[in-house]
Amino acid sequence: MSRSKTAAARPVSQPGGGSLKKRLLDNWQLYAMLLVPVVLTIIYKYIPMYGIQIAFRDYKASRGFMGSEWVGLEWFSRFFSAPTFGRMIKNTVLLSFYSLLWGFPIPIILALMMNQLRFQKFKRVTQTVLYAPHFISTMVICGMIRIFLSPSGGLINLIAGTSVDFLTESGAFRTIYIASGIWQDAGWGIIVYMATLSNIDTSLYEAAKVDGASLFQRILHIDIPELTSIMVLNLIMSAGGLMNVGFEKVWLLQTDLNKATSDVIAVYVYQQGIENAKYSYSTAVGLFNTVINIILLIAVNKIAGRISEDTSFI
Amino acid sequence: MKANTKSGKLTGLSEKSSDIILVVICTIILFIVAYPLYYVLIASVSNPYDVYAGKTFLLPSQFTLDGYKSVFADPSILTGLFNSFKYTIIGTVFSVVVLYLAAYPLSVKDLPGRKLLSIFFIITMYFGGGMVPTYLVVKQTGLINNMWALFLPGGVAVGNMIIVRNFFENSIPKEMVEAANIDGASKWTTFIKIVVPLSRSIMAVMVVFSMVAYWNDWFTSMIYLPSPNKAPLPLVLRNILIKSSASASQASTISGGFAELNKMTEMIKFSSIIIAALPMLIIYPFVQKYFEKGFMAGAVKG
Repeated sequence: MSRSKTAAARPVSQPGGGSLKKRLLDNWQLYAMLLVPVVLTIIYKYIPMYGIQIAFRDYKASRGFMGSEWVGLEWFSRFFSAPTFGRMIKNTVLLSFYSLLWGFPIPIILALMMNQLRFQKFKRVTQTVLYAPHFISTMVICGMIRIFLSPSGGLINLIAGTSVDFLTESGAFRTIYIASGIWQDAGWGIIVYMATLSNIDTSLYEAAKVDGASLFQRILHIDIPELTSIMVLNLIMSAGGLMNVGFEKVWLLQTDLNKATSDVIAVYVYQQGIENAKYSYSTAVGLFNTVINIILLIAVNKIAGRISEDTSFI
Repeated sequence: MKANTKSGKLTGLSEKSSDIILVVICTIILFIVAYPLYYVLIASVSNPYDVYAGKTFLLPSQFTLDGYKSVFADPSILTGLFNSFKYTIIGTVFSVVVLYLAAYPLSVKDLPGRKLLSIFFIITMYFGGGMVPTYLVVKQTGLINNMWALFLPGGVAVGNMIIVRNFFENSIPKEMVEAANIDGASKWTTFIKIVVPLSRSIMAVMVVFSMVAYWNDWFTSMIYLPSPNKAPLPLVLRNILIKSSASASQASTISGGFAELNKMTEMIKFSSIIIAALPMLIIYPFVQKYFEKGFMAGAVKG
């Protein structure tokens, strides 16, 4: 009897209690679980970060990250004076900016509409179809784009009755990239908004209806305020990745003739680093890109901190 | 009910008409999203000449399965298909196990060093070594042309790990974990016997995410697995879809001359798209209902 009493009186997990050593020992199994993830992260994430120093060295495989000769900012100045430098920066920023401009509002509008659908079955089917393109490989998507845009027998030319080779027109590249991006991912992008909207108490809608609020007014005064913080968070996260144009799609849609708009930093990093094995130079270009991104991310995080307290993922 | 219709009239738009407008708009959007996929599907079973003449907008023309037959007769595509299945299965098991091993300890509130360990992982979301330094490390660890190059460097998918960690924090009843502690169960036993079974929904989502990522990946393989017989399906399809060239094996098996070869290449494009896209399109609807829940548990910290 007295035994069980003392057992119950003692806190089970002892948060904050007990010596640190005892708490570490108590949790040894949890630390053991973390072993594999931590080791993998050190080897394949942190050691490459350490390897970034080859951007300032003339990397030779035989001499390793540390032993290669120090060349300072040589690779960076070579990049800044590359003939396509200005074009790559411009293309990277513009492609990303226009993607954000179009890609950001569309999922929100879709979610607001879907949320008002009252036929549950129709709503579910619509959602399923809208998610579908997200689950298809970039390779397949770009294959489809090439088929649809083909000058002979391509769907777009068949419908329009023309025979334009869109992928050789540098003026069409951004539109192709962004429109196909919206087709593929706008549906998937609604999830986070739908989840947020599902938190709204339905009695609010009922009350608004009784007060004579129209559908549009209900969306404006109930739904949009609910979405504001997640919208701001999403916008900020994307703004922080402005220099992060993905490699895959651009590379697969690039042709010799549309390079005036499709030449971006990510493709250059791949071509110089992997295809041409210019390891140090490619690392320098990649680092330049990362540094700009980090500056952007810190800047937008500062703004985020001012706007909302709960925007931190940590 | 009466009040509703009355107020609807007052604002000019009845509930019923706004419902109709919404359904019409959503149907148009549905069409825009679904039609390209539908078009590829019907083109894949049509005579390629009719496809190029624009006779297959709505229904297949001169139904044929020749495209699929030649896809399955092409050794390089079959190898790619086999590799894709292999990488997807092994990679998914590996990734989900590693994800759980990382997420659970970080969800235990009184684990000393928990915050620091979380930051250790999260930093890698925002900052990395970049393409070349990572490539050099993969090379130095002897993984070039080894399929583990696809799984190990990706290691911990940190974004997914946060979703799972938050799910553990918010959705596993603390009383059950505490009860297990009182009964003298070890942390590992608690994890295996209580936490894992109670997290089946989020695990299903993670399994699907992981499968999709591995099934659709080609870039990692292109860099780390240069040997052609190790290429997964999307990388094999690159020759057909992007470079528009028939593989050597096709050229040798088709006897009908250049025009016939060209025709087969076009048919293979459509049918290989369907074969590459279909498996994942079949799988995701099964876990669709968990997506929103998963995102809520993950994105919003309780």
